Amino acid sequence: MHILMFGWEFPPRMSGGLGTACFGMTKGLAALGHRITFVLPQAEATSAPFLNLLPAYATPVSSVEREEREIESLHRLTVNPIPSLLAPYLDGERYRELTLFGRGRLQDSPFVYGIDLIAEVIRYGKAAGALARRISFDIIHAHDWMTVPAALLARRISGKPFVLHIHSLEFDRSGDNVNGAILAMERDGLEAADRVIAVSHRTKRMIVERFGIPPEKVSVVYNAVSRNEAQRLYRTERTGPQKMVLFLGRITFQKGPDYFVEAAAKVLKVLPDVTFVMAGAGNMMRQMIERVGELKIGNRFHFTGFLQGEEIERIFSLSDLYIMPSVSEPFGIAPLEAMLYDVPVILSRQSGVAEVLKHALKVDFWDTRELAAKIITVLKHPALMDVMAEKAREELRTIRWDTAAERITEIYQETVKVSKRDLGERADFKSFPMPQ
Amino acid sequence: MPSICLYFQIHQPCRLRRYSFFDVGHIHNYEDEIENRRILDRVARKCYLPANALLLKLIEEQQGKFRIAFSLSGTVLDQIERGRPDVLESFQRLAATGCVEFLNETDSHSLAFLFSPREFKAQVLLHRARIRDLFDQDSRTFRHTELIYSNDLAIAVEKLGYAVILAEGTEKVLGRRSPNHLYRPAGCRKLKLLLRNYRLSDDVAFRFSDRNGVEHPITAAKYAHWIHRIRGKETVINLFMDYETFGEHQWEETGIFTFLSDLPGEILRHPEFRFETPVEAAAGHDPAGEIDCPEPISWADEERDTSAWLGNAMQQDAVQALYKMESALRKRKDEGLLKRWRALQTSDHIYYMCTKWFSDGDVHRYFNPYESPYEAYINYMNILDDLSQSIRNSKGESS
Repeated sequence: MHILMFGWEFPPRMSGGLGTACFGMTKGLAALGHRITFVLPQAEATSAPFLNLLPAYATPVSSVEREEREIESLHRLTVNPIPSLLAPYLDGERYRELTLFGRGRLQDSPFVYGIDLIAEVIRYGKAAGALARRISFDIIHAHDWMTVPAALLARRISGKPFVLHIHSLEFDRSGDNVNGAILAMERDGLEAADRVIAVSHRTKRMIVERFGIPPEKVSVVYNAVSRNEAQRLYRTERTGPQKMVLFLGRITFQKGPDYFVEAAAKVLKVLPDVTFVMAGAGNMMRQMIERVGELKIGNRFHFTGFLQGEEIERIFSLSDLYIMPSVSEPFGIAPLEAMLYDVPVILSRQSGVAEVLKHALKVDFWDTRELAAKIITVLKHPALMDVMAEKAREELRTIRWDTAAERITEIYQETVKVSKRDLGERADFKSFPMPQ
Repeated sequence: MPSICLYFQIHQPCRLRRYSFFDVGHIHNYEDEIENRRILDRVARKCYLPANALLLKLIEEQQGKFRIAFSLSGTVLDQIERGRPDVLESFQRLAATGCVEFLNETDSHSLAFLFSPREFKAQVLLHRARIRDLFDQDSRTFRHTELIYSNDLAIAVEKLGYAVILAEGTEKVLGRRSPNHLYRPAGCRKLKLLLRNYRLSDDVAFRFSDRNGVEHPITAAKYAHWIHRIRGKETVINLFMDYETFGEHQWEETGIFTFLSDLPGEILRHPEFRFETPVEAAAGHDPAGEIDCPEPISWADEERDTSAWLGNAMQQDAVQALYKMESALRKRKDEGLLKRWRALQTSDHIYYMCTKWFSDGDVHRYFNPYESPYEAYINYMNILDDLSQSIRNSKGESS
């Protein structure tokens, strides 16, 4: 099957789970023999055309040999970058900063980009969706609200079915302070899509309950995790009695960084030698730094800022425990990555990944006392960490992109079949002689 | 004459309350009393009371020809004595018929034998005294928690004066020999060994309501027919199972009570077959050979070993930590502390930490009050922390 995919980010530039998921899924689909035209926004002035981009992932960072099958399957992939300032997790404010102070981009092309985030999403949609005129394909697969206009345009042009993949909703990202324009775009996409894929049952429930989408139209496909050979390099960094507890993610409302800080303070009263690390950036970072100061735990609490690539691998390999206290997490790939480094994880029950993972501890995100108690007990008992890490390793073997890609293929096939049948009916209707 | 030996295990653990690290040093009552009472009431209603009433009726009808054995763990006795005297009375009525043998085990349903011979002996003597008080019987038969068995255990049990011991009839110790005979444990001179026929026992305990089973439905007549096919002068067919099979694991709707009700009549239809309690069966037959069992076996899981309790590092860690307290605790001579320590020895607490099969979710899951083996371990270790603090802070009764 030939897939027109409106996705996000390819390595080595990754800002979060959305890019990681798109990449893993694309590799899995390509390995099944699908041809994929992958369209993504790319803002760099030196914006790389496809051929420049390819080596970035065909040659792994660690320069360890990849399997031949994988290289071959990547040839079935065409990447089409469209100039745009869009990036995953962008909000209106951050977009404004980009347009005003964006590293010299605007001086070169002041009138290219949209005046605000929504305008840019629409502009990108027109540019990206128009690709549908130039290539032929069987199905459209788009990821999250920012790609909805592109997908809708591509469908209008081609008449091909459209699958919308929901990795997160505005309700997840912003709680009750939702942006109406974004919500409207999500609604348009969900209603217009021939089929919806949700990353968890939790997300499916929200789609059904908050948008009134019929449940039979929504399928759940869990994300997975890819093993990168480079990770082996950082396996055994944990040494000595000093323990380190990690938060890694955007420092935003959705990720619950404040609960991590409160729990840290409670833990430090009992185990004063533990180090807490908050890795990532986001609009709540200042507030978190202030709170750490207020609680007087700054000497045991570190902020790393935004990390990527090997920095992330390194920080995982140094950690004894990974915490994901998300307030609302549609899936959450990061705990799977932590598990790759034999780091035990404590998850918020309010996360989709908690539906999949058995060998993890789970807490309600708001229960910082329980979270602190669990952190203390885990750190005090190495036997627990060992068994969890060992069992998690076994569990990870079953959470594979290959499996997810197989499930997605089934969804494609069902969708194409239904859509052909519908088209057939419409064709019959058209061929009926109309009264003059 | 071939004998049928029916023995039912009755056990309820004293489940522990949710115990956070921040409770350490503050809460010293570890039991989840409400949950334990809820489950006891349910099992009493669905199993103990109706099954006891049925057995009493059958014993009276058969005028001494229907004979059975029970083993009640100390932890279930604690709960029954405390909250359900009516259930205790119904067991006592059965004891008064003279057709029911009450076996001995470790009072806390523990794994003490594997870690502390001294504690093991203390618990056996405790249970022996309790059974004597409650049912007016001096038992000559011993069964270990979860039918754990080894040469060493047999030798220790013989020294304690028992005539019979029960174990799982696994091929691991039998080889190609039949479980339907009496055996002599290696290293023992007088003690006799009865081995569970796990196929016939599990036909009732696990497969009774399995609609996909080849033999479904299993009726008493069909079951008796299988048993009657096993002939031979020295035959002892040992059917050992959880008592909760009747009405709790196999619901009443499956017809399990009808099965039980018809069973004695169907078996006794054949004039050569008779029911005997373990001590009677042992007295009436000679050993067919010796059983050598250097490594512990049990009736749990496919493995039939101790891996359900000691299979992973958390379980090993928890048990070691538990028994490491013994010497400090004994020095305190504090009955309250000793009781708290014994309550934590019940094997179920350790079983909940088992990671085998956790991924698939099955029988382990069904009996597990925790969300995961990790939660079970965390809860338990926090409680051990508190007990260990209490031991350190205790001045002892004498001072």
